[in-house]
Amino acid sequence: MREGAAEAAGYRRLVLALLLAPALLWLLLLIILPHLDLALLSLRERAGPGKYVSSLAQYRNFFREPLYWHVFARTAVLAALATALTLLVAFPVAWSIAKLARGRQRALLLLLCLIPFWVSETVRTLGWMILLRESGVLPALLARLGLTAQPVELLYHDATILVGLVYSSLLFMMVPLIGSLESLDNSLIEAAYDLGGKGWSILWHIIIPHAAPGITAGCIVVFMLTLGNYLTPTLLGGKNSLWFTEQIYTQFITRFNWEQGAAFGFLLLALSSAMVWLGLKLSRQSFGDVMRRV
Amino acid sequence: MIPGLPRSGWLRAATLLYVVAFFIFLFLPLAVVAVFAFNDAPYPAPPWRGFTLDWFLGNDSAGRVGLFHDAELLGSIWTSFVVALWVAALSVLVGTANALLIERARFRGKGALSMLMLTPLVIPGVILGISILAFASRVADLCSDLFGVEADILRPGLPLVVLGQFSYLAAIATLTIGARLKRFDRDLEDAALNLGASRAATLWHITLPYLGPALIGSAAIAFLMSFEDFNTTLMLVGSDTPLTIMMYGRMREGATPVLNAVSLFLMVASAALALLLMRRSRRADAA
Repeated sequence: MREGAAEAAGYRRLVLALLLAPALLWLLLLIILPHLDLALLSLRERAGPGKYVSSLAQYRNFFREPLYWHVFARTAVLAALATALTLLVAFPVAWSIAKLARGRQRALLLLLCLIPFWVSETVRTLGWMILLRESGVLPALLARLGLTAQPVELLYHDATILVGLVYSSLLFMMVPLIGSLESLDNSLIEAAYDLGGKGWSILWHIIIPHAAPGITAGCIVVFMLTLGNYLTPTLLGGKNSLWFTEQIYTQFITRFNWEQGAAFGFLLLALSSAMVWLGLKLSRQSFGDVMRRV
Repeated sequence: MIPGLPRSGWLRAATLLYVVAFFIFLFLPLAVVAVFAFNDAPYPAPPWRGFTLDWFLGNDSAGRVGLFHDAELLGSIWTSFVVALWVAALSVLVGTANALLIERARFRGKGALSMLMLTPLVIPGVILGISILAFASRVADLCSDLFGVEADILRPGLPLVVLGQFSYLAAIATLTIGARLKRFDRDLEDAALNLGASRAATLWHITLPYLGPALIGSAAIAFLMSFEDFNTTLMLVGSDTPLTIMMYGRMREGATPVLNAVSLFLMVASAALALLLMRRSRRADAA
């Protein structure tokens, strides 16, 4: 009998080991060790051919060279702006889908929101380029309507980058927003209305507090994805995009300066993680809940 | 609709107008891409010069290479396809093991481990890419220094692209499969065990079939997201170029409508895949 119990315990341990192995290999070899390595890389400096000394030079370069931290700050500000705009654009539609549409209509609208995001970002960006470039559809239309004397270049502006970023982020805002708005009990809004509440005060005191978890989840994910985006800013912004991920690419791949690129990578990761942490703190949510919401 | 609320006519009209404008905004870029795949002009730009299939079939007399004759582009579709198959298979395999581990096993540090499994989702793809690139190169350098072995598999190329995409898609697979496993009625497993089935047989005949829809769903998601991945792939790519990277390169140079043709192909393919999946999942929910 005791032998059987020992055997069962051994068997259980074997199963546990077999189940743990893939997870540990995945996290250790592809996430933890590479990031530790990247940290070490960012903390050293080339002293001669094949010789390295540990130093903070890479981070010092970042603060000393105005171009570097300007691009960093610019990326952060534009990403925050894009996140706020995405929330503003998505909220009324999320509200319409969650509260105004019914049954089949709601399912259809939700499906319509999803469809563009099954297609790759490359294709969607190609669409924007065809629409916005000087020889493109919208400039031709504006000229035809007499709003501009000749076709104007609509690509390569900051506003263009923002449009592209908002566009590619919409779904990640819509899904958590709809989820949190659907769970809002209609009778709460009716009660507020019966008690004399006006539209704005109901929005501010009832709807937004209730939707806060969804709003935070959406904002965290959108900010993070926008900050790390490469394709949209470089294609829609062209040489003027000055996006930080592009700096990382330049250091790593073009200049082969891995130490500097690693430091940039860590700075971007730090900003991204700080915003995620702040969002969670402000809304008093756990990381796991937010990730499951999206 | 909230019944107890009076709604003025203009508010209703404004809402409707806004929603319509929103969906136009959503679909305009895709519509434009599709339409200009058929324009009889050397660049995807107005004006409309008539309908043509040149950008699919090619036209030697006009010097146009269509999608079906563009070996480079077709090759990159194939590359993406192979990479996506690998990523989907690996993600589902590891995702299933992870889901069983988190939902079933008991061990110390489980909470921390399940949190750690979500972190790849909040690391920007570019950084996943460079960290894996740097680490793989270090290991490859060590191999050649210590053993004199050239570990080409760890240099930029498709194996690293697969690993890079897998590093975050495994987290999504874990979430999807774990969510379904959480809803599973464990009495079914107990019943099978009570009736004398072995643990392995129970897993194979009861638990995995139940997980089926989640396995297929997460495989499809991993496949699609791998096919479309740009950020991580950009950092790890070698001489074989997946489709997104190839398209990006051509878009910077100012490409011909053959890119519209390949985009239209992608739209149709991904829509078909997604619709098929949704029908399946609806049937699974009904069952």
